Amino acid sequence: MQTQKKPSYLSADHTIGSWLLTQDHKRIAIMYLVAVTLFFLIGSILALLIRLELLTPAGDLLQSESYNRVFTGHGVVMVFLFLIPGIPAVFGNFLVPIMIGARDMAFPKINLASFYVFLAGGVMILSAIVFGGLDTGWTFYTPYSSSYATGRVTIGALGAFTVGFSSIMTGLNFLVTIHKMRAPGLTWFRLPLFIWAHYATALIMVLGTPVVAIAIVMVALEHLFGFGFFDPTKGGDPVLFQHLFWFYSHPAVYIMILPAMGVISELIACFSRKRIFGYKLVAFSSLGIAIIGFLIWGHHMFVSGQSAYAGLVFSLITYIVAIPSAVKAFNWTATLYRSSVSWKTPMMYVIGFMGLFAIGGLTGLFCANLAVDVHIHDTYFIVAHFHYIMVGGTIMGYLGALHFWWPKMTGRMYSEAWARLSAIFVFFGFNLTFFPQFLLGYLGMPRRYHFYPEEFQFLNIMSTAGASLLGLGYLFPIFYLMWSLKKGEQAPANPWTAKGLEWETTSPPPTTNFDKTPVVTEEAYAYEK
Amino acid sequence: MILFGFNLLPAQASTAALSVDLVYLYIVAVTVFFTALIYGLVMFFSIKYRRRSESERPKPIEGNHLLEIIWIAVPLVIVLTMFAAGTIVYFYIFHPPKDGIQMYGVGKQWMWKFQHPDGRREINDLHVPMGTPVKITLTSEDVIHSFYVPAFRVKTDVVPGRYVQTWFEATKPGEYHLFCAEYCGTEHSRMIGKVIVMKPEDYAKWLSGQDVSSTGPKLSMVERGAKIFQDMRCATCHAPGTAAGLGPKLEGIYGHDVALEGGQTVKVDDGYLRESILLPTKRIVKGYQPLMPTYQGQISEEDVLSVVAYVKSLTPQAAPADAVAGGTPSDAAATAGTAKD
Repeated sequence: MQTQKKPSYLSADHTIGSWLLTQDHKRIAIMYLVAVTLFFLIGSILALLIRLELLTPAGDLLQSESYNRVFTGHGVVMVFLFLIPGIPAVFGNFLVPIMIGARDMAFPKINLASFYVFLAGGVMILSAIVFGGLDTGWTFYTPYSSSYATGRVTIGALGAFTVGFSSIMTGLNFLVTIHKMRAPGLTWFRLPLFIWAHYATALIMVLGTPVVAIAIVMVALEHLFGFGFFDPTKGGDPVLFQHLFWFYSHPAVYIMILPAMGVISELIACFSRKRIFGYKLVAFSSLGIAIIGFLIWGHHMFVSGQSAYAGLVFSLITYIVAIPSAVKAFNWTATLYRSSVSWKTPMMYVIGFMGLFAIGGLTGLFCANLAVDVHIHDTYFIVAHFHYIMVGGTIMGYLGALHFWWPKMTGRMYSEAWARLSAIFVFFGFNLTFFPQFLLGYLGMPRRYHFYPEEFQFLNIMSTAGASLLGLGYLFPIFYLMWSLKKGEQAPANPWTAKGLEWETTSPPPTTNFDKTPVVTEEAYAYEK
Repeated sequence: MILFGFNLLPAQASTAALSVDLVYLYIVAVTVFFTALIYGLVMFFSIKYRRRSESERPKPIEGNHLLEIIWIAVPLVIVLTMFAAGTIVYFYIFHPPKDGIQMYGVGKQWMWKFQHPDGRREINDLHVPMGTPVKITLTSEDVIHSFYVPAFRVKTDVVPGRYVQTWFEATKPGEYHLFCAEYCGTEHSRMIGKVIVMKPEDYAKWLSGQDVSSTGPKLSMVERGAKIFQDMRCATCHAPGTAAGLGPKLEGIYGHDVALEGGQTVKVDDGYLRESILLPTKRIVKGYQPLMPTYQGQISEEDVLSVVAYVKSLTPQAAPADAVAGGTPSDAAATAGTAKD
């Protein structure tokens, strides 16, 4: 340990036990990476089945019951097992301590526990899907889920509940770590924006998740024991569930997108060699989104029978929350002005993100509009909108992060040419998949439809064609990244000449992250030096 | 609207459709402008300022408060205009007009059942006249469904346990899709039907046609309600025209506030009447005992709708089942809709 060649966190110990029982945030991050990648593959296969089925208006590939289980499985797996944990649990876990110059998270054991709780929840959800199926949609709307659904609602819902606790543990760890463990000299306004974004995300995880946990327990009690919270024949109110569900699940959208925004800030600064234009405004816009995000859940319910005046208030606040997101987009764009842009793979994901996120964010303005939403609610317009945010935003951010920090995490470089090719496939495949769905939605095609009228077929064929391209774009990285582990060039400590504490330690870092605690003397993104 | 052979807008067949589309097109214009602006600038900067040598170190720019204020204020003003436009149109869609035809609908897994005021019933089809507001009171027998007619830009969730009201005024004859838009189980995508918009004279002809529903003699909603009221022995406690019995008098009660046990008051509307039949002890009128048994499971949602229509038709002066017997459909509509005879 005292020699020059200190072992990295990867080579410190090779036993299986040293992985499974590790309290090292970096190893936990790698375990999360493996787990969420598997879940992502499962979710993608289900997506492929949906797109194949929708090639024709007649439901000829699957039975209606199976189709409903497939789209429910796709939604539940992608939302709870990939999008929510994705960036925070993998890159947040790996980077938050290193970026602030700490040796580990504040609570390493809770961190490890969060992984196993996550895994347990994932296994419960998958077993519900495999043994009996879930057919409620990922939204679990009552009274269908509580009194009518035929599948394994209880185990599936409790899986989502369990995964929620893993989120709470991760969020708690981030909050305490960021508050208490910053290196000397690392003041709040010297923090990378990735940290600000994760701080805001952690707030939502800790404050919002318990509410959905309560809602899920209520559904399970009703399903198992016939409680009457949501059952109108017992005087309950089915719409109450929607309030409880969206009170968490709308902020959860920001759990999915805020970390990606943090990633984009890091990548733009590095690949344009520029400070983020208006750092403070970008930092505060993350907090603004997290706070206002708690006040807009009712925009999912404009046609649910809630009062028109409630709808009015929710519409107004929803329009307000568009502003901090717009601010980020403008500030990122301005950052590129008179910069030095390097078109490396991570930057290609940034450029893709900017276009897709612009469309995803701006189409939110349609959904926030009371009159237009009456027409597009529960149609493919909504499906297209949230995929532009979730896939176009979050997954582009996730892939950008993966390509940016891969050398740091593994110590290896990947093939730049293959990586760029896959980024191009993802961008065009994505647009071809989801843009036609905006048109389908405004024409009136409802979502979750197994059979559909013939006039919608052409656009559905386009969408399926795009999905195959997108699928290829997702498959490539699995191969060239695995290849890089064996054959890739050794990565230097700082392959991108990036700023930030994570680039001052070796690639991959030692178990303790730094040989001695770093002292920070400058702001984030001091790229001019 | 057709572009490159693509239909971009669905048929506009109601008075609301054009206004919704105008708001939509306004937001489309803003979206296209800002997407082009942001993406255009990102591409332009990324190409123009591409890295030409590894040693390049561009000058730092901290930020610019004026610019930031501009790109907070301008989008804010734009989104507020969207909000205003959407809200105005929404309140038009949300508030049914006073006149028009009152229809009734029940959603169940996986079909739509409709009743015309004259008692005619349809499944998955709904015939309506153009040029007249059509109001529909809807409820569900099981899970949440959603009544969606894209050509009318109208959608409302049909929630079990409550009545929801929607309305439209069709402007073009034709057949239009009716979809269930809220996922409701296995055959969700088969819960579709059509709305058939007819010229008023065709609609009148259709109404007077011979294809009486298969469920027996044609009775209007109110007549059917009166019959159920008799059959279920409701009059034992709620006899019309007599002094108060074991239960509250029903004549003239509709639309008024009544005091409840426990000090609250409630306005007697369709929802409260329905609740009083199915969950009678939930909100008891002041001065009465919680004696009434529930009728849950004994009468269908359609029958409840008929009884509600009957109770609404009761006024202190008249025994209304006679008043509408043999009446024309439009009389029945007026009776059911406005509780006047």
